[in-house]
Amino acid sequence: MSNSLADNRVEPLATAGVSQGDVSDFFALLKPRVMFLVVFTALVGMVVSHSDVHPVVAFVSLLMIAIGGGASGCLNMWWDADIDAVMTRTRKRPIPAGKIQPGEALAFGVTLSAGSVIILGLASNWLAAGLLAFTIFFYVVVYSMWLKRSTPQNIVIGGAAGALPPIVAQAAVTGHVAWDSVVLFAIIFMWTPPHFWALALVKSGDYERAGIPMMPNVAGPDSTRFQILAYTVLLAPLGLAPVALGFGGLAYAIIALIGGLGMLALAVQVYRLRQGEPAMRVAQHLFGFSILYLFLLFATLLAEHGFGFFRPVFG
Amino acid sequence: MADRTEYVRLTPEEQKRRRRRSLALALTLAAFCILLFAITLVKLGPGVLQRPL
Repeated sequence: MSNSLADNRVEPLATAGVSQGDVSDFFALLKPRVMFLVVFTALVGMVVSHSDVHPVVAFVSLLMIAIGGGASGCLNMWWDADIDAVMTRTRKRPIPAGKIQPGEALAFGVTLSAGSVIILGLASNWLAAGLLAFTIFFYVVVYSMWLKRSTPQNIVIGGAAGALPPIVAQAAVTGHVAWDSVVLFAIIFMWTPPHFWALALVKSGDYERAGIPMMPNVAGPDSTRFQILAYTVLLAPLGLAPVALGFGGLAYAIIALIGGLGMLALAVQVYRLRQGEPAMRVAQHLFGFSILYLFLLFATLLAEHGFGFFRPVFG
Repeated sequence: MADRTEYVRLTPEEQKRRRRRSLALALTLAAFCILLFAITLVKLGPGVLQRPL
């Protein structure tokens, strides 16, 4: 009986709500673009550590950090499916689009979270596994479930989760956490508010419709512009901290200096231009440039430490 | 006693998606086994099975 049912491709109606999702929909649940940022920053955290860990252990650690990051993105989509459905930027995500059932996303996210933490612990060490578990917990519970819908400081505090991968990676390959990965954490942490608030200025209608208390909706666009400038004033010199600590070389110093000045110039423009299309355009420019800025900082560190381009700034 | 369960027929597209999901799961499981094997060799060395009973 069961064989003939299988042959005829029929399913009991009780399970007719089973997945409509394709493999690509499950992959989309992992937020691939965020996962790329996680892998990239984690890789730099590993490379600047100059550990003599076995390449297989380093590869598996990086893979598990990527999967842990993807799992937290998946759980975020499960929790936020209701607000994703009303925002233009997110309404085509697999759950609001009806391609994947919420229960499937929850099971997928929990399985990948637990699996990535356990395998990272077995492959490298339990400090790294604990830090990865904390990162997932922070992003899903502290940011998604608690802060995101309750305070305009949501992305400031929640940004810690996105900034942790270099620390997890360093712990994975060295067994401890040193100042260099803490500085990389601080750079990403300080970069997050100007980056997201620039987007929030452009998409404030979206966030308002979804009832998310982003800074422009709560404190107003002018206050947001001032805070973007304030965080950028802190970020630009912080971007040079790797040079002061000795793990940022000459190329890094030049990139961080030019990039930091570029960020400052755009943040000043965002602060000054407050009306109409030019204001939106410059906020979009800051959003785009902030991605390039962070990418260049980390790519330069990767080139210096991974490909032998390091030239000391002092002596 | 008659079987009162009602059934629904999957469309050809749903069948294709299910097949692709199954294939992806199979490949993931195979990769997972290879990963564990590699980690075991690296962490415990190639002589992992050559030990006194």
